[in-house]
Amino acid sequence: MSTQPQTLAQAPELPPADLLKMHYLMLLARRLDERMWLLNRQGKIAFVISCQGHEGAQVGTAWALRPGIDWVLPYYRDLALVLALKMTPREIMLGAFARAEDPSSGGRQMPSHYGSPRLKIVSGSSPVATKIPHAAGVALACKLRHEDAVTAVYFGEGSTSQGDFHEGLNFAAVQRLPVVFVCENNEWAISTPLSKEMAIERVAQRGSAYGIPGETVNGSDVVKVYQAMKQAVARARQGEGPTLLEVLTVRLTSHSSDDNQFSYRPKEELQTEQEHHEPLAAFARYLRQAGVLDTPKEQELEARVAAEVDDATAYAERAAPPAPESLLDHVYADAEPQQ
Amino acid sequence: MAQNNVLEAVREALFEEMERDGTVVLLGEDVGARGGVFRATEGLQARFGPERVIDTPLAESGIVGVAIGAALNGLRPVAEVQFADFILPAMNQLISEAAKMRYRSNGAFGCPLTVRTPYGGGVHGALYHSQSIEALFCHIPGLMVVAPSTPYDAKGLLKAAIRDPDPVLFLEHKRTYRLIKGEVPEGDYVLPIGKAKVKREGTDLCVITYGLMVHYSLEAAEALAREGVSVEVLDLRTLLPLDKEAVLAASKKTGKVLIVHEDNLTGGLGGEVAALIAQDGFESLDAPVMRLAGPDVPAMGFAKTLEDAYLLSPEKIAAALRKLAAY
Repeated sequence: MSTQPQTLAQAPELPPADLLKMHYLMLLARRLDERMWLLNRQGKIAFVISCQGHEGAQVGTAWALRPGIDWVLPYYRDLALVLALKMTPREIMLGAFARAEDPSSGGRQMPSHYGSPRLKIVSGSSPVATKIPHAAGVALACKLRHEDAVTAVYFGEGSTSQGDFHEGLNFAAVQRLPVVFVCENNEWAISTPLSKEMAIERVAQRGSAYGIPGETVNGSDVVKVYQAMKQAVARARQGEGPTLLEVLTVRLTSHSSDDNQFSYRPKEELQTEQEHHEPLAAFARYLRQAGVLDTPKEQELEARVAAEVDDATAYAERAAPPAPESLLDHVYADAEPQQ
Repeated sequence: MAQNNVLEAVREALFEEMERDGTVVLLGEDVGARGGVFRATEGLQARFGPERVIDTPLAESGIVGVAIGAALNGLRPVAEVQFADFILPAMNQLISEAAKMRYRSNGAFGCPLTVRTPYGGGVHGALYHSQSIEALFCHIPGLMVVAPSTPYDAKGLLKAAIRDPDPVLFLEHKRTYRLIKGEVPEGDYVLPIGKAKVKREGTDLCVITYGLMVHYSLEAAEALAREGVSVEVLDLRTLLPLDKEAVLAASKKTGKVLIVHEDNLTGGLGGEVAALIAQDGFESLDAPVMRLAGPDVPAMGFAKTLEDAYLLSPEKIAAALRKLAAY
């Protein structure tokens, strides 16, 4: 992201209480994420993949969705998104510690492979972009039943190189399905920079190939992200078909706990990104300017978040791992009489 | 009772399931107005509308991927892959997604998906319209692989596949579509997935097979009967999960086993059946387990000479049976 910071959007439709809640979720995601790295370096959890730098994109888009009503297919960086959809810190940590109680997979999948039928968060895999046709299928079912639920599917810009990205967008566009395709573009596919991923400037340009709107927004401008998503959701709900929404983000960490980004990424590049586009700081500045946030409030929020992170960590650390014999469960549905 | 061919039985099953359950939808290439290149879905779009019988873009991964998403959200999709040879782009969706959905979500999400696809040779389909692909999927826990040989089984098993809460790969041998006729009861009946069927009782040898080869094996058994050799023929019907009891029972009863499949030999289903018998049925064997299968070449050729050279026949099966009888 080479653009200079822009003036942040104003949002008359977002009352201060909402703005504070959004800030809280971004902060909670950041602190949970940081704790998971600590736990990883302590040898307590085997793997971390981070949301740091993506929180604005995730909370901004989530705010235009109805948790538990609209369908969401997140990807592995979407910690702030699933928190905004009402997953709890304890549930997140249960996944990180691979506990039996982990609601996403019962300790089967790597952390950050979220899933919850209750919250209409669809279980995802590690191969990227496979979920993009799933989103079209989920939306197809909603459309057939004349429900007003919208389906939002999230992925990185790396995923847009996959054939399933094309096949999913094309099908959804042809059928005018109520889907929002949200691309969190942090300009790195592990170690491969954007210039080696595509010969175009913006992922959003690809929308025109499918006859759908493609829009790019700055992920550190949370309100702008929200407004763009709200518009895309409204379009979907009104039967006007899908939108490709590209949100520019910055990847503040290495790809995962097993990566070292400075083996391929210039430190200065990250520094510049951090100064201009770090979403948590940018949003806090915005809230201070708007008179919504001040130092005492911020301290109070930090203390609340720290307590939640501590509680989640302690709870998950104590929780039981899956029983070895449960390895054999759920390969098929339990034998049930056919109707 | 009505005499139907396999194609009609498939169409009847689809029609009846769509009538009884509004969540059943079809999607695939040319399944709508054209009714499928083999006409398996003929008339269904006219009856149920383009919302439930969906012509898709030419993209197999997308077809199966969309069907998976629909299955996650309350529909019972039946995806058609026009030829089994073209299912390979959808392997990631089938193996990484459909087969693992229930498992990876610890039972929270299911994937009640049926993927129908015509396979097998004998119709001048050459390399890319003739292949048998079942072995690629029989290694995958979480999937079921069904391969009926008769109209009766095709109808009853397709209904079972559609109603099953887990993903089923439903393989229709395209040579049987119009060739094989049989009695099909009108109205609803469902056959259990995972159950083989003895097609002919015998005492001296047994053939374990599936698909078109069931019919060739029955012809071969008839020839052997005229020579005084009694051959049992077991139709597996479901390839995954395998009906182990039926395999071991046939092996134990006859002591001599010939496994027959059109798919090429190496890594084919025959190896799994033979291993099962070697491990759990060794003591009742009177001869080594034999396999008769397609040759280990990439696929059959377009020229009739090449197609015939690849394909098994009643005569080739009878010759193998004679060899086994003489052991």
